[in-house]
Amino acid sequence: MAKVIVVTSGKGGVGKTTSSASFASGLALRGHKTAVVDFDVGLRNLDLIMGCERRVVYDLINVINKEATLNQALIKDKHCDNLFVLPASQTRDKDALSEEGVERVLGDLAKMDFEYIICDSPAGIEHGAIMALTFADEAIVVTNPEVSSVRDSDRILGIIQAKSRRALNGEEPVKEHLLITRYVPKRVEAGEMLSYSDVQEILRIPLIGIIPESESVLHASNQGNPAIHIEGSEVSEAYKDLVARFLGEEVAMRFTNYEKPGLFQRIFKGK
Amino acid sequence: MALLSFLFNTKPKSASAAKERLQIIIARERNGRSGPDFLPALHKELIAVISKYTKVNADDIKISLDRQGNLEVLDVNVVLPDAISGQ
Repeated sequence: MAKVIVVTSGKGGVGKTTSSASFASGLALRGHKTAVVDFDVGLRNLDLIMGCERRVVYDLINVINKEATLNQALIKDKHCDNLFVLPASQTRDKDALSEEGVERVLGDLAKMDFEYIICDSPAGIEHGAIMALTFADEAIVVTNPEVSSVRDSDRILGIIQAKSRRALNGEEPVKEHLLITRYVPKRVEAGEMLSYSDVQEILRIPLIGIIPESESVLHASNQGNPAIHIEGSEVSEAYKDLVARFLGEEVAMRFTNYEKPGLFQRIFKGK
Repeated sequence: MALLSFLFNTKPKSASAAKERLQIIIARERNGRSGPDFLPALHKELIAVISKYTKVNADDIKISLDRQGNLEVLDVNVVLPDAISGQ
């Protein structure tokens, strides 16, 4: 059975697409056949983050309107043979994202033996975001340790609990996970930033990962490589931990403490 | 003063303020969310009906939904103006 996972946040710019790309890549690296679908109709960006923007011919809306088959629209990832990207439409109106159409496409992906289908939600709480979460089995709520992001995450959690298919059908509710991104342990220890336990205490859903703020993320997006592929970086390690936890492994949280650089480090690293 | 704060490294600790504000606003927003969808519309129509027969301020009509065990109690509280109650 394919599992549908929505990556959502309410607020924009918190790292949904970055996280969708790395999470999907991480699942594929672990051997699972995975599809990642961009729901941000009109403002597609997943293709850029995945580095496949020049190979886009057909998109999600073409498939919904039966102008192209799924096989024609799916783009094979350049790093992983078992990872496919379904880009959003750049030109169409977001109303083209019909509920029946989305349901059919997700069902067809499941028939193609995809184990995981990652839905990269647009920001906001409008049609595109609702469509991304409607058919979800699990949700990864991406949150920055910052007031507006936390509030918007709570809002989107309320929407998941009210509007998802599972909620409407009275089935087992969507399994929610909290992913905190852009975390700066130094500022947390200085009392300038909400700690991960503060955020978790407010949102009251299980924490699945903490991604530290890092320069690697920009390097990765500049080059069109999901950040998980930047070997040796904290961000890559943190995303791999997230994937391991999602797959049921017990992995302790890392990159949550600030280590003061020693005198030598300060002199020679120039930071 | 600047020298003092430099020496003692007293940066503002604003994270606790963020947490407190979030706890309050989110609790309030969750309360509004848990009620049934028709409540705001019902509120409006009740005000319309009541003010059709009496001259009350919209502010004098309070509607709240409480939960007592398995029961949901819709509490409508109308403060009638003195002129009417005196008749």
